[in-house]
Amino acid sequence: MGSIFSQISAVVAMNIRSLPQRFWMSLAMVIASAVVVAILLAFLAMAKGFSATLDSAGSENVAIFTREGSAAELNSVISRDQVNIIETAPGVVKDENGPVISPELYVIVDGIKKSSQTEANIPLRGIDERGFAMRKNVQITDGRMFTPGTNEMIVGAGILREFDGFALGEEVRFGKVIWKVVGVFSTGGNVFESELWADVKVLQSLYNRGSSYQTARVQMSSPNDLEAVRKFVADDPRLNLDVETEEAYFKAQGKQLSYMAYFGWIISSIMALGALAGALNTMYTSVAERAREIATLRAIGFSSLSAFVGTIVEALVLAAIGGAFGSIVAFLLFDGLNASTLGGSFTQVVFSFEMTGDLFIQGGIIALMIGFLSGFFPAFRAARLPVIVAFRNAA
Amino acid sequence: MTDNILFDLKGVHKSFTRGKETIKIFDGLDMQIKKGDFLAIMGPSGSGKTTLLNMLGGVDQPTSGEVLFDGSRVDTLSEGQLSKWRANNIGFIFQFYNLMPMLSAARNVELPLLLTNLSKKDRKNSVETALKLVELADRASHLPKEMSGGQQQRVAIARAIVSDPKLLLCDEPTGDLDRHTADEILEMLQLLNEKFGKTIVMVTHDPSAAKYAKRTLHLDKGEFVEKDLAA
Ligand SMILES: Nc1ncnc2c1ncn2[C@@H]1O[C@H](COP(=O)(O)OP(=O)(O)OP(=O)(O)O)[C@@H](O)[C@H]1O
Ligand SMILES: [Mg+2]
Repeated sequence: MGSIFSQISAVVAMNIRSLPQRFWMSLAMVIASAVVVAILLAFLAMAKGFSATLDSAGSENVAIFTREGSAAELNSVISRDQVNIIETAPGVVKDENGPVISPELYVIVDGIKKSSQTEANIPLRGIDERGFAMRKNVQITDGRMFTPGTNEMIVGAGILREFDGFALGEEVRFGKVIWKVVGVFSTGGNVFESELWADVKVLQSLYNRGSSYQTARVQMSSPNDLEAVRKFVADDPRLNLDVETEEAYFKAQGKQLSYMAYFGWIISSIMALGALAGALNTMYTSVAERAREIATLRAIGFSSLSAFVGTIVEALVLAAIGGAFGSIVAFLLFDGLNASTLGGSFTQVVFSFEMTGDLFIQGGIIALMIGFLSGFFPAFRAARLPVIVAFRNAA
Repeated sequence: MTDNILFDLKGVHKSFTRGKETIKIFDGLDMQIKKGDFLAIMGPSGSGKTTLLNMLGGVDQPTSGEVLFDGSRVDTLSEGQLSKWRANNIGFIFQFYNLMPMLSAARNVELPLLLTNLSKKDRKNSVETALKLVELADRASHLPKEMSGGQQQRVAIARAIVSDPKLLLCDEPTGDLDRHTADEILEMLQLLNEKFGKTIVMVTHDPSAAKYAKRTLHLDKGEFVEKDLAA
């Protein structure tokens, strides 16, 4: 029989057209599905935005050295002597001023968040002209670069946006030291914009670091040079250091909020269970209200498969409408939303939520799962509905 | 010999169990329905009229015994086979019409044709013919709620005959209609029986409805008591 398809599509069309008769029940299911999807997308967009902020920060042509096992810049120490040895490593690009290397300091200072008016940690990075130039897409957007040897600093655009008191020209006090903000820089939205930068030599003396640093970055001409650098470090017992590309370093840091995505899935799955209870109720009610119609169609000769598919498609349609609605709401509310959160080193990372196509697919998946699960058992009931129901006297 | 027998019921038993209680409706019922018959089934409420009709329509199965349609068993068919068998052989007419409320008259009538391989155009033609027969061609695009009870039942009749089944099963087709409208419906059934050769089995409470039939069987306590109509 070539009619299975026309049977099923007729039943599906009938169910969809009769939805207005079950408007409130159906709406409840749509809303439940929308809420679940919106919440999932919020978490996913947060995780996505955070990792994008870190992923995009690192350059594949920069090798970053940290003390062995320190995992993050904050915990690392590198001596001047080690920096001198690194300079001689193969693969380090040289220009007219010698090897392109940036030994850096990374300390934590306090700032007041605009949103909550609470204190939060901000990284203050000691850097020099070379380190500045090594950053991708770096640019002074306002004011000027700090003058080496002075208490001047430049602030990342994200800090300016999310924290009080870092406007151009303001004086900022950390401990006993007063700094002057002389410039604003941007790095195209990545994690460096959540930092303050000042002269590394000034920081060394103000923070009693002597001649030691925390990390060193070197410019390579290609990521392939990393192997040589790595071998050089391994062969020299004085260099108890880890080295990897800056890109890989930040990718690893970016994973730190990937639990947000899992968390989002767990929260929304729990909520989906609640939504499912409501949706099951909607669908069982739908089958009960359509019982006479289903039975009549079965008496006419429609297959039980058509009753099954008709019901499950109704559930999928309702859940999908909810999913689309939830996606739109999530997009309007969350896409591009600025947030800051604790980054890998207990410092604030300023980032924005990022809603991308693959997230909508995930939202669609959870919506369709709600639809399928809430439709399946009622559809089974519809398929097994005794045809006798068509003859019952209840009008 | 069986050539002109449409239905042959042999030793049909039917009982319902409700909890611990078993209610026997039929206890060895034998019955034959000839092709081209117009049979009215009467009897007191609860006597098993609807149950019998359901067994004829393959909607309900006997507890034991045989139901033969055109010489072959239908009580042993699977659900899926029964669906197809019903689609090919039977038109149902219900007391409460059982139209799909969201579909127009034409769409309602078209439903059984969706189970065939007819093209869209052929379906449209058949629907038009059926609606013309029940004198509702001008109501094709109307929804059930826009029509009177009698008109709805005529749409239901059109739906029952559109795929040209041999047999019409009607459970109190005029039970919800006034006398005049009921007569129109019954005349229509009579026409379908006489001019189009449909075999009709009609359950009714109404003796004047039964008069339109060729013969009437009285069901009482699971047994047939044949009464003379002329009486
Ligand atoms: N599914 C069922 N489960 C249990 N008992 C049933 C079922 N269907 C029918 N019965 C019982 O079987 C008996 C016959 O029912 P049936 O509907 O065939 O009667 P009827 O002659 O059509 O009555 P009415 O004139 O009121 O329509 C009744 O006692 C009824 O309660
Ligand atoms: Mg009855």
